[in-house]
Amino acid sequence: MSTGTDAKSAVEAVWRIEAARVIAGVARLVGDVGLAEELAQDALVAALEQWPSEGVPRNPGAWLTTTAKRRAIDTIRRRQVLQRHLPALAVDEHTDASEFDAVLEQDPIEDDLLRLIFTACHPVLKPEARVALTLRMLGGLSTDEIARAFLVPDATVGQRISRAKKSLADAKVPFELPTGPARAERLSSVLEVIYLIFNEGYSATAGDDWMRPALCEEAMRLGRILAGLMPAEAEVHGLIALLEIQASRSAARCGPDGEPVMLLEQDRRRWDRLLVGRGLAALARAEELGGGTYTLQAAIAACHARARTAEETDWARIAELYARLAALAPSPIVELNRAVAVSMADGPEAGLAVLDPLLEEPSLRGYHLLPSVRGDFLFRLGRHAEARAEFERAAAMTRNERERTLLLTRAEACV
Amino acid sequence: MRYMLMHKLDDSNAALWQATPEDFAAVGAYMEEVSKAGVLLAAEGLLPSSGGAAVITKKDGQTTVVDGPFAEAKEVIGGFAILQVRDQAEAVEWATRFAALFNHDIEVEVRRVAEFE
Repeated sequence: MSTGTDAKSAVEAVWRIEAARVIAGVARLVGDVGLAEELAQDALVAALEQWPSEGVPRNPGAWLTTTAKRRAIDTIRRRQVLQRHLPALAVDEHTDASEFDAVLEQDPIEDDLLRLIFTACHPVLKPEARVALTLRMLGGLSTDEIARAFLVPDATVGQRISRAKKSLADAKVPFELPTGPARAERLSSVLEVIYLIFNEGYSATAGDDWMRPALCEEAMRLGRILAGLMPAEAEVHGLIALLEIQASRSAARCGPDGEPVMLLEQDRRRWDRLLVGRGLAALARAEELGGGTYTLQAAIAACHARARTAEETDWARIAELYARLAALAPSPIVELNRAVAVSMADGPEAGLAVLDPLLEEPSLRGYHLLPSVRGDFLFRLGRHAEARAEFERAAAMTRNERERTLLLTRAEACV
Repeated sequence: MRYMLMHKLDDSNAALWQATPEDFAAVGAYMEEVSKAGVLLAAEGLLPSSGGAAVITKKDGQTTVVDGPFAEAKEVIGGFAILQVRDQAEAVEWATRFAALFNHDIEVEVRRVAEFE
Protein backbone atom coordinates (compact mmCIF):
# COMPACT_ATOMS: atom_id res chain seq x y z
CA MET A 1 0.00 0.00 0.00
CA SER A 2 1.28 3.42 -0.89
CA THR A 3 2.43 5.80 1.81
CA GLY A 4 3.47 9.42 2.39
CA THR A 5 3.27 11.79 -0.55
CA ASP A 6 2.10 8.96 -2.81
CA ALA A 7 -0.90 8.40 -0.61
CA LYS A 8 -1.59 12.13 -0.46
CA SER A 9 -1.59 12.47 -4.23
CA ALA A 10 -3.72 9.33 -4.48
CA VAL A 11 -6.25 10.91 -2.11
CA GLU A 12 -6.24 14.08 -4.18
CA ALA A 13 -6.71 12.10 -7.39
CA VAL A 14 -9.70 10.29 -5.90
CA TRP A 15 -11.06 13.63 -4.77
CA ARG A 16 -10.79 15.09 -8.25
CA ILE A 17 -12.72 12.17 -9.66
CA GLU A 18 -15.31 11.87 -6.90
CA ALA A 19 -15.78 15.39 -5.45
CA ALA A 20 -18.80 16.35 -7.54
CA ARG A 21 -20.62 13.07 -6.88
CA VAL A 22 -19.88 13.20 -3.15
CA ILE A 23 -21.07 16.80 -2.87
CA ALA A 24 -24.15 16.11 -5.03
CA GLY A 25 -25.13 13.07 -2.97
CA VAL A 26 -24.79 14.97 0.30
CA ALA A 27 -26.57 18.03 -1.10
CA ARG A 28 -29.70 15.99 -1.69
CA LEU A 29 -29.54 14.87 1.93
CA VAL A 30 -29.09 18.34 3.40
CA GLY A 31 -30.70 20.44 0.65
CA ASP A 32 -27.91 23.02 0.80
CA VAL A 33 -24.94 22.85 -1.57
CA GLY A 34 -22.79 25.10 0.62
CA LEU A 35 -23.18 22.83 3.62
CA ALA A 36 -22.79 19.76 1.40
CA GLU A 37 -19.50 21.07 0.07
CA GLU A 38 -18.20 21.69 3.59
CA LEU A 39 -19.19 18.19 4.71
CA ALA A 40 -17.52 16.69 1.65
CA GLN A 41 -14.39 18.71 2.44
CA ASP A 42 -14.48 17.28 5.96
CA ALA A 43 -14.53 13.80 4.45
CA LEU A 44 -11.53 14.74 2.32
CA VAL A 45 -9.65 15.94 5.41
CA ALA A 46 -10.49 12.65 7.13
CA ALA A 47 -9.18 10.76 4.10
CA LEU A 48 -5.96 12.75 4.10
CA GLU A 49 -5.51 11.87 7.78
CA GLN A 50 -6.42 8.20 7.57
CA TRP A 51 -5.42 6.85 4.16
CA PRO A 52 -1.68 7.55 4.36
CA SER A 53 -1.43 5.39 7.50
CA GLU A 54 -4.28 2.94 7.01
CA GLY A 55 -4.05 2.62 3.26
CA VAL A 56 -6.39 3.71 0.50
CA PRO A 57 -9.69 1.83 0.83
CA ARG A 58 -10.75 -0.55 -1.91
CA ASN A 59 -13.59 1.72 -3.01
CA PRO A 60 -12.33 5.20 -2.12
CA GLY A 61 -15.25 7.05 -3.71
CA ALA A 62 -17.78 5.14 -1.63
CA TRP A 63 -15.67 5.75 1.47
CA LEU A 64 -15.75 9.52 0.88
CA THR A 65 -19.48 9.53 0.21
CA THR A 66 -20.28 7.43 3.25
CA THR A 67 -18.08 9.55 5.50
CA ALA A 68 -19.60 12.78 4.21
CA LYS A 69 -23.12 11.39 4.55
CA ARG A 70 -22.46 10.26 8.14
CA ARG A 71 -21.33 13.78 8.94
CA ALA A 72 -24.40 15.12 7.19
CA ILE A 73 -26.61 12.94 9.34
CA ASP A 74 -24.78 14.07 12.47
CA THR A 75 -25.26 17.67 11.39
CA ILE A 76 -28.93 17.15 10.67
CA ARG A 77 -29.39 15.51 14.08
CA ARG A 78 -27.62 18.36 15.76
CA ARG A 79 -29.86 20.81 14.07
CA GLN A 80 -32.84 18.67 15.02
CA VAL A 81 -34.47 19.17 11.69
CA LEU A 82 -34.24 15.58 10.59
CA GLN A 83 -37.95 14.96 10.89
CA ARG A 84 -38.69 17.86 8.59
CA HIS A 85 -36.24 16.64 5.98
CA LEU A 86 -37.14 12.97 6.07
CA PRO A 87 -40.54 12.64 7.66
CA ALA A 88 -41.05 9.09 6.44
CA LEU A 89 -38.02 7.74 8.17
CA ALA A 90 -38.21 6.61 11.77
CA VAL A 91 -34.90 7.66 13.21
CA ASP A 92 -33.36 6.24 16.34
CA GLU A 93 -29.92 6.44 17.80
CA HIS A 94 -28.72 3.52 15.68
CA THR A 95 -29.64 4.94 12.29
CA ASP A 96 -26.65 4.73 10.01
CA ALA A 97 -25.82 5.94 6.54
CA SER A 98 -27.00 2.76 4.86
CA GLU A 99 -30.58 3.40 5.93
CA PHE A 100 -30.36 6.81 4.40
CA ASP A 101 -28.99 5.26 1.25
CA ALA A 102 -32.08 3.10 1.05
CA VAL A 103 -34.29 6.16 1.25
CA LEU A 104 -32.30 7.86 -1.46
CA GLU A 105 -31.89 5.00 -3.86
CA GLN A 106 -34.92 5.76 -5.99
CA ASP A 107 -33.20 8.81 -7.47
CA PRO A 108 -29.99 8.21 -9.43
CA ILE A 109 -26.81 10.13 -8.64
CA GLU A 110 -26.85 11.52 -12.21
CA ASP A 111 -29.82 13.72 -11.34
CA ASP A 112 -28.03 14.97 -8.24
CA LEU A 113 -24.98 15.88 -10.31
CA LEU A 114 -27.17 17.78 -12.72
CA ARG A 115 -28.87 19.57 -9.82
CA LEU A 116 -25.44 20.50 -8.52
CA ILE A 117 -24.36 21.96 -11.87
CA PHE A 118 -27.57 23.97 -12.23
CA THR A 119 -27.28 25.25 -8.67
CA ALA A 120 -23.61 26.27 -9.00
CA CYS A 121 -24.47 28.14 -12.21
CA HIS A 122 -27.61 29.74 -10.82
CA PRO A 123 -28.35 33.18 -12.35
CA VAL A 124 -28.78 34.63 -8.84
CA LEU A 125 -24.95 34.53 -8.69
CA LYS A 126 -22.57 36.83 -10.51
CA PRO A 127 -20.67 35.19 -13.37
CA GLU A 128 -17.35 35.10 -11.50
CA ALA A 129 -19.07 33.48 -8.51
CA ARG A 130 -20.67 30.85 -10.75
CA VAL A 131 -17.29 30.12 -12.29
CA ALA A 132 -15.53 29.74 -8.93
CA LEU A 133 -18.30 27.61 -7.45
CA THR A 134 -18.44 25.36 -10.52
CA LEU A 135 -14.69 24.77 -10.54
CA ARG A 136 -14.72 24.11 -6.82
CA MET A 137 -17.76 21.81 -6.65
CA LEU A 138 -17.81 20.16 -10.08
CA GLY A 139 -14.13 20.29 -10.91
CA GLY A 140 -12.80 19.49 -7.45
CA LEU A 141 -10.32 22.36 -7.68
CA SER A 142 -8.93 23.93 -4.51
CA THR A 143 -9.31 27.62 -3.74
CA ASP A 144 -5.59 28.02 -4.36
CA GLU A 145 -5.82 26.41 -7.81
CA ILE A 146 -8.75 28.62 -8.80
CA ALA A 147 -6.88 31.71 -7.55
CA ARG A 148 -3.79 30.83 -9.57
CA ALA A 149 -5.88 30.20 -12.67
CA PHE A 150 -7.60 33.57 -12.46
CA LEU A 151 -4.57 35.57 -11.28
CA VAL A 152 -6.32 36.76 -8.12
CA PRO A 153 -5.37 36.30 -4.45
CA ASP A 154 -6.51 33.16 -2.59
CA ALA A 155 -8.58 35.26 -0.22
CA THR A 156 -10.56 36.76 -3.09
CA VAL A 157 -11.58 33.32 -4.35
CA GLY A 158 -12.34 32.15 -0.83
CA GLN A 159 -14.64 35.14 -0.30
CA ARG A 160 -16.22 34.68 -3.70
CA ILE A 161 -17.08 31.08 -2.87
CA SER A 162 -18.38 31.74 0.64
CA ARG A 163 -20.46 34.70 -0.58
CA ALA A 164 -21.84 32.57 -3.40
CA LYS A 165 -22.88 29.85 -0.96
CA LYS A 166 -24.52 32.47 1.25
CA SER A 167 -26.33 34.02 -1.72
CA LEU A 168 -27.74 30.62 -2.69
CA ALA A 169 -28.88 30.03 0.89
CA ASP A 170 -30.33 33.56 1.24
CA ALA A 171 -32.20 33.25 -2.05
CA LYS A 172 -33.45 29.84 -0.86
CA VAL A 173 -32.39 28.29 -4.16
CA PRO A 174 -33.79 24.77 -3.98
CA PHE A 175 -31.61 21.76 -4.88
CA GLU A 176 -33.82 20.98 -7.85
CA LEU A 177 -33.75 20.67 -11.61
CA PRO A 178 -35.31 23.65 -13.36
CA THR A 179 -38.41 22.83 -15.39
CA GLY A 180 -40.58 24.63 -17.91
CA PRO A 181 -39.39 27.86 -19.52
CA ALA A 182 -36.76 28.38 -16.80
CA ARG A 183 -34.94 25.27 -17.96
CA ALA A 184 -33.60 26.72 -21.23
CA GLU A 185 -32.52 29.91 -19.51
CA ARG A 186 -30.76 28.00 -16.74
CA LEU A 187 -29.04 25.70 -19.23
CA SER A 188 -27.74 28.69 -21.14
CA SER A 189 -26.27 29.98 -17.88
CA VAL A 190 -24.48 26.63 -17.38
CA LEU A 191 -23.10 26.68 -20.93
CA GLU A 192 -22.01 30.31 -20.48
CA VAL A 193 -20.06 29.39 -17.32
CA ILE A 194 -18.26 26.57 -19.13
CA TYR A 195 -17.43 28.87 -22.04
CA LEU A 196 -16.17 31.57 -19.64
CA ILE A 197 -13.84 29.05 -18.00
CA PHE A 198 -12.57 27.95 -21.40
CA ASN A 199 -11.95 31.48 -22.63
CA GLU A 200 -10.07 32.39 -19.46
CA GLY A 201 -7.72 29.49 -20.17
CA TYR A 202 -7.55 30.29 -23.88
CA SER A 203 -6.45 33.85 -23.16
CA ALA A 204 -3.49 32.66 -21.08
CA THR A 205 -0.13 33.76 -22.41
CA ALA A 206 3.34 32.25 -22.28
CA GLY A 207 4.85 32.38 -18.80
CA ASP A 208 1.49 32.25 -17.03
CA ASP A 209 0.96 29.72 -14.26
CA TRP A 210 0.16 26.32 -15.80
CA MET A 211 -3.23 26.39 -14.05
CA ARG A 212 -4.40 29.04 -16.53
CA PRO A 213 -4.17 27.06 -19.77
CA ALA A 214 -5.37 24.03 -17.79
CA LEU A 215 -8.72 25.83 -17.51
CA CYS A 216 -9.37 24.90 -21.15
CA GLU A 217 -9.13 21.24 -20.21
CA GLU A 218 -11.33 21.82 -17.15
CA ALA A 219 -13.98 23.42 -19.35
CA MET A 220 -13.90 20.55 -21.84
CA ARG A 221 -14.14 18.06 -19.01
CA LEU A 222 -17.16 19.89 -17.54
CA GLY A 223 -18.75 20.02 -20.97
CA ARG A 224 -18.31 16.28 -21.44
CA ILE A 225 -19.75 15.59 -17.98
CA LEU A 226 -22.75 17.72 -18.91
CA ALA A 227 -23.13 15.90 -22.23
CA GLY A 228 -23.19 12.59 -20.35
CA LEU A 229 -25.99 13.93 -18.15
CA MET A 230 -27.98 15.68 -20.90
CA PRO A 231 -27.25 13.71 -24.08
CA ALA A 232 -30.33 15.05 -25.89
CA GLU A 233 -29.36 18.73 -25.61
CA ALA A 234 -28.01 19.94 -28.95
CA GLU A 235 -26.24 22.99 -27.59
CA VAL A 236 -24.28 20.99 -25.02
CA HIS A 237 -22.73 19.03 -27.88
CA GLY A 238 -22.42 22.25 -29.87
CA LEU A 239 -20.44 23.88 -27.08
CA ILE A 240 -18.16 20.85 -26.70
CA ALA A 241 -17.55 20.88 -30.45
CA LEU A 242 -16.68 24.56 -30.32
CA LEU A 243 -14.30 24.09 -27.38
CA GLU A 244 -12.58 21.02 -28.82
CA ILE A 245 -12.06 22.56 -32.24
CA GLN A 246 -10.78 25.82 -30.73
CA ALA A 247 -8.51 23.92 -28.34
CA SER A 248 -7.15 21.85 -31.24
CA ARG A 249 -5.37 25.01 -32.44
CA SER A 250 -3.69 25.82 -29.10
CA ALA A 251 -0.20 24.81 -30.18
CA ALA A 252 -0.42 26.63 -33.52
CA ARG A 253 -1.71 29.98 -32.34
CA CYS A 254 1.58 31.28 -30.94
CA GLY A 255 4.85 31.73 -32.75
CA PRO A 256 8.27 30.82 -31.31
CA ASP A 257 8.48 34.17 -29.47
CA GLY A 258 4.96 33.96 -28.11
CA GLU A 259 3.57 36.24 -30.80
CA PRO A 260 0.00 35.47 -31.89
CA VAL A 261 -0.38 33.66 -35.22
CA MET A 262 -3.63 34.37 -37.07
CA LEU A 263 -5.82 31.44 -38.05
CA LEU A 264 -5.04 31.53 -41.78
CA GLU A 265 -1.29 31.71 -41.13
CA GLN A 266 -1.21 28.81 -38.67
CA ASP A 267 0.79 25.67 -39.35
CA ARG A 268 -2.09 23.21 -39.62
CA ARG A 269 0.20 20.26 -38.92
CA ARG A 270 0.28 21.53 -35.36
CA TRP A 271 -3.49 21.30 -34.97
CA ASP A 272 -4.47 18.52 -32.60
CA ARG A 273 -6.10 15.86 -34.76
CA LEU A 274 -7.59 13.96 -31.83
CA LEU A 275 -9.48 17.07 -30.70
CA VAL A 276 -10.46 17.98 -34.28
CA GLY A 277 -11.94 14.51 -34.76
CA ARG A 278 -13.78 14.65 -31.44
CA GLY A 279 -15.01 18.17 -32.18
CA LEU A 280 -16.38 17.20 -35.58
CA ALA A 281 -18.13 14.18 -34.06
CA ALA A 282 -19.69 16.35 -31.34
CA LEU A 283 -20.78 18.84 -34.01
CA ALA A 284 -22.49 16.07 -35.99
CA ARG A 285 -24.44 15.09 -32.86
CA ALA A 286 -25.37 18.72 -32.19
CA GLU A 287 -26.57 19.31 -35.76
CA GLU A 288 -28.60 16.12 -35.68
CA LEU A 289 -30.34 17.37 -32.54
CA GLY A 290 -31.06 20.85 -33.92
CA GLY A 291 -28.30 23.15 -32.74
CA GLY A 292 -28.19 26.81 -31.78
CA THR A 293 -25.63 29.58 -31.50
CA TYR A 294 -22.83 27.39 -30.07
CA THR A 295 -23.49 24.79 -32.75
CA LEU A 296 -23.30 27.43 -35.49
CA GLN A 297 -20.04 28.79 -34.09
CA ALA A 298 -18.71 25.24 -33.96
CA ALA A 299 -19.82 24.68 -37.55
CA ILE A 300 -17.83 27.76 -38.59
CA ALA A 301 -14.78 26.54 -36.67
CA ALA A 302 -15.25 23.15 -38.33
CA CYS A 303 -15.01 24.72 -41.81
CA HIS A 304 -11.49 25.79 -40.92
CA ALA A 305 -10.68 22.47 -39.24
CA ARG A 306 -11.72 20.54 -42.36
CA ALA A 307 -9.60 22.62 -44.74
CA ARG A 308 -6.16 21.07 -45.23
CA THR A 309 -4.78 24.45 -46.31
CA ALA A 310 -6.04 28.01 -45.77
CA GLU A 311 -6.77 28.20 -49.53
CA GLU A 312 -9.16 25.25 -49.30
CA THR A 313 -11.42 27.01 -46.79
CA ASP A 314 -15.09 26.89 -47.77
CA TRP A 315 -15.78 30.62 -47.35
CA ALA A 316 -19.21 30.48 -48.98
CA ARG A 317 -20.32 28.02 -46.32
CA ILE A 318 -18.77 30.17 -43.57
CA ALA A 319 -20.58 33.25 -44.90
CA GLU A 320 -23.86 31.32 -44.91
CA LEU A 321 -23.27 30.10 -41.33
CA TYR A 322 -22.54 33.65 -40.17
CA ALA A 323 -25.79 34.77 -41.80
CA ARG A 324 -27.66 32.09 -39.84
CA LEU A 325 -25.84 33.09 -36.66
CA ALA A 326 -26.71 36.76 -37.28
CA ALA A 327 -30.36 35.81 -37.74
CA LEU A 328 -30.39 33.84 -34.49
CA ALA A 329 -28.31 36.24 -32.38
CA PRO A 330 -27.81 39.55 -34.19
CA SER A 331 -24.55 41.31 -33.31
CA PRO A 332 -22.32 43.83 -35.12
CA ILE A 333 -19.28 41.59 -34.48
CA VAL A 334 -20.97 38.64 -36.18
CA GLU A 335 -21.85 40.94 -39.09
CA LEU A 336 -18.23 42.10 -39.32
CA ASN A 337 -17.09 38.47 -39.46
CA ARG A 338 -19.73 37.77 -42.09
CA ALA A 339 -18.34 40.65 -44.17
CA VAL A 340 -14.88 39.07 -44.05
CA ALA A 341 -16.27 35.65 -45.08
CA VAL A 342 -18.31 37.22 -47.91
CA SER A 343 -15.22 39.05 -49.16
CA MET A 344 -13.28 35.78 -49.20
CA ALA A 345 -16.11 33.99 -51.02
CA ASP A 346 -17.35 36.66 -53.43
CA GLY A 347 -14.65 39.31 -53.47
CA PRO A 348 -13.94 42.58 -51.63
CA GLU A 349 -16.77 44.50 -53.34
CA ALA A 350 -19.36 42.12 -51.88
CA GLY A 351 -17.60 42.28 -48.52
CA LEU A 352 -17.75 46.05 -48.52
CA ALA A 353 -21.49 45.96 -49.17
CA VAL A 354 -21.96 43.96 -45.94
CA LEU A 355 -19.44 46.01 -44.00
CA ASP A 356 -20.39 49.61 -44.82
CA PRO A 357 -23.75 49.65 -42.97
CA LEU A 358 -21.70 48.89 -39.84
CA LEU A 359 -19.98 52.28 -40.10
CA GLU A 360 -23.12 53.74 -38.52
CA GLU A 361 -23.03 51.20 -35.68
CA PRO A 362 -22.36 53.05 -32.38
CA SER A 363 -21.06 49.95 -30.56
CA LEU A 364 -18.26 49.54 -33.12
CA ARG A 365 -17.10 53.16 -32.85
CA GLY A 366 -13.46 53.03 -31.79
CA TYR A 367 -13.19 49.31 -32.64
CA HIS A 368 -9.97 49.02 -34.64
CA LEU A 369 -10.96 45.90 -36.57
CA LEU A 370 -13.66 47.81 -38.47
CA PRO A 371 -11.26 50.21 -40.28
CA SER A 372 -8.66 47.44 -40.43
CA VAL A 373 -11.00 45.08 -42.31
CA ARG A 374 -12.31 47.94 -44.46
CA GLY A 375 -8.74 48.93 -45.32
CA ASP A 376 -8.08 45.37 -46.44
CA PHE A 377 -11.16 45.34 -48.71
CA LEU A 378 -10.23 48.72 -50.23
CA PHE A 379 -6.63 47.60 -50.77
CA ARG A 380 -7.81 44.50 -52.60
CA LEU A 381 -10.04 46.74 -54.76
CA GLY A 382 -7.00 48.85 -55.70
CA ARG A 383 -8.38 51.90 -53.84
CA HIS A 384 -5.04 52.39 -52.11
CA ALA A 385 -5.40 55.99 -50.91
CA GLU A 386 -8.63 55.15 -49.08
CA ALA A 387 -7.09 51.91 -47.76
CA ARG A 388 -4.14 53.80 -46.34
CA ALA A 389 -6.44 56.17 -44.45
CA GLU A 390 -8.34 53.20 -42.97
CA PHE A 391 -5.16 51.40 -41.85
CA GLU A 392 -3.87 54.58 -40.23
CA ARG A 393 -7.19 55.09 -38.48
CA ALA A 394 -7.09 51.50 -37.22
CA ALA A 395 -3.47 51.91 -36.04
CA ALA A 396 -4.50 54.94 -33.98
CA MET A 397 -7.28 52.93 -32.32
CA THR A 398 -5.49 49.75 -31.29
CA ARG A 399 -3.77 49.50 -27.93
CA ASN A 400 -1.73 46.48 -29.01
CA GLU A 401 1.78 47.54 -30.02
CA ARG A 402 2.40 44.58 -32.31
CA GLU A 403 -0.90 45.14 -34.07
CA ARG A 404 -0.17 48.86 -34.52
CA THR A 405 3.16 48.08 -36.18
CA LEU A 406 1.45 45.62 -38.50
CA LEU A 407 -1.27 48.14 -39.45
CA LEU A 408 1.26 50.91 -40.10
CA THR A 409 3.26 48.55 -42.29
CA ARG A 410 0.12 47.86 -44.31
CA ALA A 411 -0.54 51.60 -44.55
CA GLU A 412 3.01 52.14 -45.87
CA ALA A 413 2.40 49.50 -48.52
CA CYS A 414 -0.54 51.49 -49.93
CA VAL A 415 1.18 53.41 -52.69
CA MET B 1 -2.48 16.71 -19.93
CA ARG B 2 -2.99 13.35 -21.50
CA TYR B 3 -2.00 9.89 -20.43
CA MET B 4 -2.25 6.65 -22.30
CA LEU B 5 -3.28 3.59 -20.33
CA MET B 6 -2.22 0.31 -21.93
CA HIS B 7 -3.05 -3.04 -20.49
CA LYS B 8 -0.92 -6.03 -21.27
CA LEU B 9 -1.87 -9.68 -21.53
CA ASP B 10 -0.07 -12.93 -22.21
CA ASP B 11 -0.36 -13.33 -25.99
CA SER B 12 -0.28 -17.13 -25.80
CA ASN B 13 -3.00 -17.50 -23.16
CA ALA B 14 -6.13 -17.67 -25.32
CA ALA B 15 -8.46 -17.71 -22.32
CA LEU B 16 -7.39 -14.18 -21.34
CA TRP B 17 -8.48 -12.82 -24.72
CA GLN B 18 -11.95 -14.32 -24.62
CA ALA B 19 -13.85 -11.89 -22.47
CA THR B 20 -16.56 -13.45 -20.34
CA PRO B 21 -19.98 -11.76 -20.19
CA GLU B 22 -18.93 -10.54 -16.73
CA ASP B 23 -15.76 -8.99 -18.22
CA PHE B 24 -17.80 -7.33 -20.95
CA ALA B 25 -20.20 -5.87 -18.43
CA ALA B 26 -17.43 -4.69 -16.11
CA VAL B 27 -15.40 -3.08 -18.91
CA GLY B 28 -18.57 -1.52 -20.35
CA ALA B 29 -19.43 0.01 -16.98
CA TYR B 30 -15.85 1.24 -16.60
CA MET B 31 -15.85 2.88 -20.04
CA GLU B 32 -19.13 4.56 -19.20
CA GLU B 33 -17.62 5.82 -15.96
CA VAL B 34 -14.53 7.37 -17.61
CA SER B 35 -16.71 8.81 -20.34
CA LYS B 36 -19.18 10.37 -17.91
CA ALA B 37 -16.30 11.72 -15.83
CA GLY B 38 -15.36 13.72 -18.93
CA VAL B 39 -11.84 12.32 -19.15
CA LEU B 40 -12.08 9.79 -21.99
CA LEU B 41 -10.61 10.97 -25.28
CA ALA B 42 -10.14 7.67 -27.12
CA ALA B 43 -9.95 3.94 -26.44
CA GLU B 44 -9.59 0.72 -28.41
CA GLY B 45 -9.24 -2.96 -27.63
CA LEU B 46 -6.72 -5.03 -29.54
CA LEU B 47 -6.78 -8.65 -30.72
CA PRO B 48 -4.03 -11.11 -29.78
CA SER B 49 -1.29 -11.52 -32.40
CA SER B 50 -3.20 -14.47 -33.90
CA GLY B 51 -5.90 -11.99 -34.93
CA GLY B 52 -3.61 -10.03 -37.22
CA ALA B 53 -0.19 -8.68 -36.34
CA ALA B 54 3.26 -8.03 -37.72
CA VAL B 55 6.56 -6.74 -36.43
CA ILE B 56 8.69 -4.56 -38.65
CA THR B 57 12.33 -4.33 -37.69
CA LYS B 58 14.99 -2.19 -39.22
CA LYS B 59 18.49 -3.19 -38.28
CA ASP B 60 21.78 -2.22 -39.91
CA GLY B 61 19.82 -0.72 -42.80
CA GLN B 62 17.90 -3.96 -43.40
CA THR B 63 14.13 -3.99 -42.95
CA THR B 64 12.42 -7.25 -42.05
CA VAL B 65 8.74 -7.95 -41.61
CA VAL B 66 7.63 -10.85 -39.44
CA ASP B 67 3.92 -11.62 -39.55
CA GLY B 68 1.98 -12.83 -36.54
CA PRO B 69 1.00 -14.85 -34.70
CA PHE B 70 4.12 -14.48 -32.59
CA ALA B 71 5.74 -17.82 -31.83
CA GLU B 72 7.30 -17.00 -28.49
CA ALA B 73 5.02 -16.36 -25.54
CA LYS B 74 5.10 -12.74 -24.47
CA GLU B 75 3.06 -9.93 -22.98
CA VAL B 76 1.44 -7.78 -25.63
CA ILE B 77 -0.81 -4.73 -25.49
CA GLY B 78 -4.44 -5.78 -25.11
CA GLY B 79 -5.95 -2.34 -25.45
CA PHE B 80 -5.44 1.30 -24.70
CA ALA B 81 -7.25 4.42 -23.57
CA ILE B 82 -6.18 8.05 -23.85
CA LEU B 83 -7.42 10.10 -20.91
CA GLN B 84 -7.33 13.82 -20.27
CA VAL B 85 -6.38 14.13 -16.61
CA ARG B 86 -5.00 16.75 -14.28
CA ASP B 87 -1.92 14.84 -13.22
CA GLN B 88 -0.27 11.44 -13.17
CA ALA B 89 -1.92 10.47 -9.88
CA GLU B 90 -5.31 10.73 -11.55
CA ALA B 91 -4.18 8.56 -14.46
CA VAL B 92 -2.81 6.02 -11.97
CA GLU B 93 -6.14 6.01 -10.11
CA TRP B 94 -8.08 5.29 -13.32
CA ALA B 95 -5.58 2.56 -14.27
CA THR B 96 -5.87 1.01 -10.82
CA ARG B 97 -9.65 0.93 -11.18
CA PHE B 98 -9.29 -0.76 -14.57
CA ALA B 99 -6.97 -3.46 -13.22
CA ALA B 100 -9.42 -4.10 -10.38
CA LEU B 101 -12.09 -5.19 -12.89
CA PHE B 102 -10.44 -8.53 -13.60
CA ASN B 103 -9.87 -11.74 -11.68
CA HIS B 104 -6.84 -12.70 -13.73
CA ASP B 105 -3.34 -11.21 -13.67
CA ILE B 106 -3.03 -8.00 -15.63
CA GLU B 107 -0.48 -5.24 -16.07
CA VAL B 108 -1.52 -1.68 -16.90
CA GLU B 109 1.11 0.73 -18.06
CA VAL B 110 0.50 4.47 -17.71
CA ARG B 111 2.41 6.83 -20.00
CA ARG B 112 2.26 10.57 -20.56
CA VAL B 113 1.26 11.50 -24.11
CA ALA B 114 3.55 13.98 -25.85
CA GLU B 115 1.71 17.17 -26.78
CA PHE B 116 2.83 20.28 -28.60
CA GLU B 117 4.19 23.13 -26.42
